[in-house]
Amino acid sequence: MDFLRKVAPPLLAILAIMLFWEWLVWVKGWPNYKMAAPSDLWPAFWKYRTLFLIQGWETLWRTVVGLGLAVVFGTFLGMIMGFSRLLRDALYPVLVGFNAVPKATVVPVIALIFVGEHDFNTVLIAFMISFFPIAVSVSIGLSTLEPEYRDILRALGASRLTIFWKIALPKTLPEFFGALKVSVTLAFIGTNLMEIVEPHGRGLGALFDSGKINADYPLMFAVLFALAFLGIVLFYIVVALERVFAGWADRSGG
Amino acid sequence: MGDLVELRAVTHAYRTKAGPLPVLDDLSLTIPEGKFCAVVGPSGCGKSTLTRLIAGLMMPDRGEVFLHGEKVKSPRKTVGMAFQNPVLLEWRTILENVMLPLEIVAPSMPRSQRETRARDLLALVGLAGFETKRPSQLSGGMRQRASLCRSIVHKPEVLIMDEPFGALDAFTREDLWQLMHRLRAEEPFTALLITHDLRESVYLADEVIVLSDRPARVQYRMAIDAPAPRPISMLYDPDSVAKLAILREQIEIAQGRSGEVH
Ligand SMILES: Nc1ncnc2c1ncn2[C@@H]1O[C@H](COP(=O)(O)OP(=O)(O)OP(=O)(O)O)[C@@H](O)[C@H]1O
Ligand SMILES: [Mg+2]
Repeated sequence: MDFLRKVAPPLLAILAIMLFWEWLVWVKGWPNYKMAAPSDLWPAFWKYRTLFLIQGWETLWRTVVGLGLAVVFGTFLGMIMGFSRLLRDALYPVLVGFNAVPKATVVPVIALIFVGEHDFNTVLIAFMISFFPIAVSVSIGLSTLEPEYRDILRALGASRLTIFWKIALPKTLPEFFGALKVSVTLAFIGTNLMEIVEPHGRGLGALFDSGKINADYPLMFAVLFALAFLGIVLFYIVVALERVFAGWADRSGG
Repeated sequence: MGDLVELRAVTHAYRTKAGPLPVLDDLSLTIPEGKFCAVVGPSGCGKSTLTRLIAGLMMPDRGEVFLHGEKVKSPRKTVGMAFQNPVLLEWRTILENVMLPLEIVAPSMPRSQRETRARDLLALVGLAGFETKRPSQLSGGMRQRASLCRSIVHKPEVLIMDEPFGALDAFTREDLWQLMHRLRAEEPFTALLITHDLRESVYLADEVIVLSDRPARVQYRMAIDAPAPRPISMLYDPDSVAKLAILREQIEIAQGRSGEVH
């Protein structure tokens, strides 16, 4: 019953949007190269089902690897900036500048530097686009830790590592997961950016590109849907992890 | 019994942008083992600084701090601390919060033993049945009880409290005063209590120390000899009332307002 109440509304919402869309295309009489209708998508999915699975997996694993690197590096950077004022002051402007550069302009540069290393390039872009929120949230979480929280352990002679492990880290987990929800979407965008801007025949981005080249518009729309689906799955995996590791921060009383 | 805590001519200044800010000036005080010492003084005179020096969280510019005759150079496991903010960890249950110091101080102690110790203390302060609750599910008074449990769970020699009851309403505060006496009867420790409440100092302490305004020195000391089971009504005894009047006067002197007309 509870499960139904959680799952039914979004499913109904999706269904309603689909129906409206179908109706709109039908009423306006759009040809499918202008706007494909949901009913055009299923044949496209079915026709390319193995490709969707293979390319979807390509996109997925590169996104997850890029995100994983972003988590490791972002947390590390956040720790450095969270514990040292000097390094925070030194690195913050650099980071902000780095983050401000549109990644679409970085893609060709990376593709040139590491020419032919498609997996590496794609993972790198996914990583570069997604570590920033994690680094910022961890550094803010650590630097705003109230001194008393540190002191309850420090007064007992606990090491900095123990304090980090027992207090600072768990206390920043809610912020960390907030950032991770942003990062997971960003990493996904990064992967697709590489796949589409510098196509190398793999990933959903490449499938999208081939749809474009062959003027297979239903395929292009189908790819968009597959991307949305993967995005939702990744996002909710993060939400589930958040429940497990930072569920205590949810005071809504569930 | 000797002195458990001893400060010898402690002088300390904070380095601020506007130059050094002298906070403690040639301050000496001792707390005999097993005694309860309350420290009162004007706001900002350096009371919290004093607690941090005794806990070894900071080193004084000059002078020395001794615990059990040993010079304090860094934090040590035989100290317990409680603050105005109960600082309970929201991701831990109340029981796990109370067990935290044991994880640091006695990492080899079996979990079951830690748990038993924590449960016993929680029962002692009237929190039996709340072991698995989260801190946010407790009232302010209950949180401060749990915080007190945590500060003595590892049987510290000295318990340092910085205005632990400052944020509580008057009735809850009196409850906790009485609890403090019960705890001391069950778990002997030496205590240093920073407070703004003169009644609290008289009700709880064996000795009350009044600090002068910043930079703080010991301005006045008063022994409170009332015998062990102290009822709250003790505060209305003529003797206590007279003591409170003296302390109030001393605070006014410390604030530099003794000449003012009331
Ligand atoms: N880390 C610090 N750096 C600079 N100045 C500080 C620092 N900590 C405290 N001070 C200053 O030193 C003085 C004494 O501080 P302290 O916290 O010891 O006072 P207190 O007696 O505990 O005050 P209160 O009664 O308000 O709790 C205050 O004027 C405070 O502003
Ligand atoms: Mg203070």
